Amino acid sequence: MPSLNHFLILGAVLFSIGVVGVFLNRKNLIVLLMAIELMLLAVNMNFVAFAHFLGDMGGQVFVFFILTVAAAEAAIGLAILVVLFRNLRTIHVDDLDSLQG
Amino acid sequence: MDFKTALFYILSTILVVAALRVVTSRNPVHAVLFLVLAFFNASGLWLLLQAEFLAIALIVVYVGAVMVLFLFVVMMLDINLERLRQGFWGNLWLGGPIAVLMVVEMVAVLSARSFGLEAMPAPAATAGSNTRALGAAIYTEYFYPFELASVILLVALIAAVALNLRQRRDNKQLHPSEQIAVRRQDRVRIVAMPSEKE
Repeated sequence: MPSLNHFLILGAVLFSIGVVGVFLNRKNLIVLLMAIELMLLAVNMNFVAFAHFLGDMGGQVFVFFILTVAAAEAAIGLAILVVLFRNLRTIHVDDLDSLQG
Repeated sequence: MDFKTALFYILSTILVVAALRVVTSRNPVHAVLFLVLAFFNASGLWLLLQAEFLAIALIVVYVGAVMVLFLFVVMMLDINLERLRQGFWGNLWLGGPIAVLMVVEMVAVLSARSFGLEAMPAPAATAGSNTRALGAAIYTEYFYPFELASVILLVALIAAVALNLRQRRDNKQLHPSEQIAVRRQDRVRIVAMPSEKE
């Protein structure tokens, strides 16, 4: 059986890939959302590993709540994306400069 | 190396490769499909950790609902791929070292003997159903957060509908309240005209 360290290191690698994804896909909002999903998956992996190795059900319950919040976040984020595309005909980050940012 | 460790390495290798392809693939549809692959492998790893309910929930909720939503949106939007790919690798000099630094630090911390993680005994095999244990925890100790989670889902549902609700321009729907509120002077104009005589 792989030890707890295996799972924690896997979670760290996954989270770093998510961070690189945020850096690389700065222009593309959809892949940006997917990189955030990857980071959430890494966090969930850590929670499940700790729940198993410590024998505590609280970690799994927390993963349950993270899944709920992540689903809500994805739904609202994609809804905003669709509204944005309908109004501006683009989701390119450089075109979203109405606030002069 | 026993069977579980071999399985762990196979699943985690595919998971990491799929995650890398998610953030580097040219086509967003491919990125979504690789994310689905990543979720399937993560679900297998959770099965190794005896979190059966969450593994199935990950497949049903994420692959079945959230990823399908992503696919819908990706295919619905008309995206100019060439423009989005401009300067794609331009930020790697910043993001790459940060990610490598994070991984090196985490590996250094997690594989150190001084933190005592190596000494953690392997958990005893738990008897009974994981779903039953999770349900017992949720419906007793975590009941209030569970209710809050349902409220969050309701808020997300209403927000998503409200954001995308719109009136079509060629809509011929009648508004009864406006029809009732009509007054005489809005519709009828009395024109004073001199009577015509032969």
